[in-house]
Amino acid sequence: MDNGCFSSPRHDAFPAGLRVLVVDDDPTWLRILEKMLKKCLYEVTTCCLATEALKKLRERKDAYDIVISDVNMPDMDGFKLLEQVGLEMDLPVIMMSVDGETSRVMKGVQHGACDYLLKPIRMKELRNIWQHVFRKRMHEARDFESHEGFDFEGIHLMRNGSDHSDDGNLFAVEEITSIKKRKDADNKHDDKEFGDHSPMKKARVVWSVDLHQKFVKAVNQIGFDKVGPKKILDLMNVPWLTRENVASHLQKYRLYLSRLQKENDQKSSSSGIKHSDSPSKDPGSFSILDTANKQQNDVAIDSFSYSDGSLLLQMDATSHEGNLKGIVSEPTTEKRRGSTGDIPDPKIQKSSQKSLNQPFTSVESSEANHAVFDCTIPTQYSWSEFPKGPLKEEQKTLVQLEDSLSQLPLHGNGTQHHIHVDQSQSIASINSNPSITEEEVAAKLETKPLYAGYESDYVSPVSSIGSAVEVFPSQSKSLMVNDQSSEPTFTSNLSLKAQGFNRDCISDLDFYQRNLLLGGEVASAPLEEDLNFFLLQTECYNMNFGLQNIDMSEYYDPRLIAEVPSHFYDSADYSSVDQSLFIA
Amino acid sequence: MDKINSRRQVAAMKQSLFDQGYLDEQFIQLEELQDDANPNFVEEIVTLYYRDSSRLISNLDHTLERNPVDFNKLDTIMHQFKGSSSSIGAKKVKAECTLFMEYCRARNGEGCRRSFQQMKKEYATLRKKLETYFHLARQAGPVETAFRPK
Repeated sequence: MDNGCFSSPRHDAFPAGLRVLVVDDDPTWLRILEKMLKKCLYEVTTCCLATEALKKLRERKDAYDIVISDVNMPDMDGFKLLEQVGLEMDLPVIMMSVDGETSRVMKGVQHGACDYLLKPIRMKELRNIWQHVFRKRMHEARDFESHEGFDFEGIHLMRNGSDHSDDGNLFAVEEITSIKKRKDADNKHDDKEFGDHSPMKKARVVWSVDLHQKFVKAVNQIGFDKVGPKKILDLMNVPWLTRENVASHLQKYRLYLSRLQKENDQKSSSSGIKHSDSPSKDPGSFSILDTANKQQNDVAIDSFSYSDGSLLLQMDATSHEGNLKGIVSEPTTEKRRGSTGDIPDPKIQKSSQKSLNQPFTSVESSEANHAVFDCTIPTQYSWSEFPKGPLKEEQKTLVQLEDSLSQLPLHGNGTQHHIHVDQSQSIASINSNPSITEEEVAAKLETKPLYAGYESDYVSPVSSIGSAVEVFPSQSKSLMVNDQSSEPTFTSNLSLKAQGFNRDCISDLDFYQRNLLLGGEVASAPLEEDLNFFLLQTECYNMNFGLQNIDMSEYYDPRLIAEVPSHFYDSADYSSVDQSLFIA
Repeated sequence: MDKINSRRQVAAMKQSLFDQGYLDEQFIQLEELQDDANPNFVEEIVTLYYRDSSRLISNLDHTLERNPVDFNKLDTIMHQFKGSSSSIGAKKVKAECTLFMEYCRARNGEGCRRSFQQMKKEYATLRKKLETYFHLARQAGPVETAFRPK
């Protein structure tokens, strides 16, 4: 049944006919956007309430290809809507706001937005939104391909025969999806669940409430710590569901849970630091932790947890014990790591180059890929600081950086974080949808305890991110090693230098660095955010990672490397960065 | 002859609105969106804007009158207002919104009030000018509206 849609006119004219759902409480903008999108030949549906939008989305799961939503809405926070849509419908979501503050943009990205537009919005920006839909499909296609041993020639189809030079690639995806569908048909997938009516879509699983309930039940039965896509799949007993489907859904679910957990933790922890304010807490205190806690909502620390071994973010219990308390609670919950103990140290220390060269399909090899995570964390740091544009609010970024770092899971006992995520899925998700990645990461990081090492003060000298960055470079190495004595280097990750931060914090940073990551130190809070940020931004940011990236490469998950389409990166640097993104 | 003059007038007025910083690029975008399907698109949008902004202004008024001042609420409302103003390219109004929001963050009640008064003035001025502009435009008849001022 699936191939029927290929003959629809919409299919041929992609991106024309793209079905967009616009949500904005401002009636003026709603009208303008509607007009603009119509001019782009898209099919537009408007809503002025988030709840209404969700209702529409739930009514017909496959009625839309992409959602554009404002951040500030009266009935529901735009970020919440974003999360929900990502979880339930797995659609690309674009955020809009008149507020372009770095922290907001970062938050959007962390919550899974695949783009963040600033008002006033130009029509040319809307013209290109189809790329997000396309990208997602492509990644899903890759997923299928690797899973089914699908010959990816289909992708090459994209390069050929297309009417429009710039749209050339669009058609290929259809080809791929059609081929995939044929394969799916062979695999006795139940069409009813797929509900895919869009020509560009491959058979995407729609996670209905029932299906999700089964999923949750299976997860609870297995025990969240020991959960794995295969086990869940077996328990769920849904014939047409594939391991990949479950894996990607699990990822999102984890992100979601981690976010919830963070929110809970935040409530319990003393919040001394405001996210965007320069923290002025006493130096001695680990206000960073607080900040990190606070930032939990925004930061998906979980992502850090993924670095299987790398999360060596084990806390340096010695120095920060006291503070870590609040934060450390998490690790147990997110026991994904460590237990599987897959990432052997050697793996981590393997030269990254290798990982770089690994083909995407290596994703399938489960354990091996975990090691990569280690590397990613370090890079994460650097990324977090790299918002799309130059960091204007250095302070904020620093704070975030710190927050994320603190978010890094602290494993006091040096257990490695084993990311149980299904690799293929994580990769796919990471690559394709920043939003997903972010979610996954978020979910994964959920249990990351904050690093005690982070002081709120740290945040203040944000301007010295540059120094912080410097610090990190060496981190990457230390991160990887589980039991190493904390090395004060946050090297590599902090390519933030590019941001031109002052060095003021250097001394502070040094302090934190030690506590961070490496050598079993948990990265400071910012890491998480960085991580998320990083993950999300991988494709869009031109980070100047320089040498540090190279270091990081060691830690990159080969899968990640393979994942990242080279064309997304302008320079080799990016690729290394990307790799780190794939913590999951 | 008259038509030509009218059109010149429209063009001149538009130019001055831009030169004086009342409007920005967004206004041009709106004009570009105007087409046969929506021949009065710009006016339609501006009207929507008036409606929404009036509501927000009165909201702000009420909130400012209360004691103690709820700065968070003010910030939220003004944020909405700023977003709305950005939709038609109301440059000066937007700038005043930003200033207002800064006062809010600084918890400066007096600053907020002053800024609010200024913002209302700018808003009133813009509204008046736009009314004149549309009046002229209607007189001049359909014209290639979306030309960019130098």
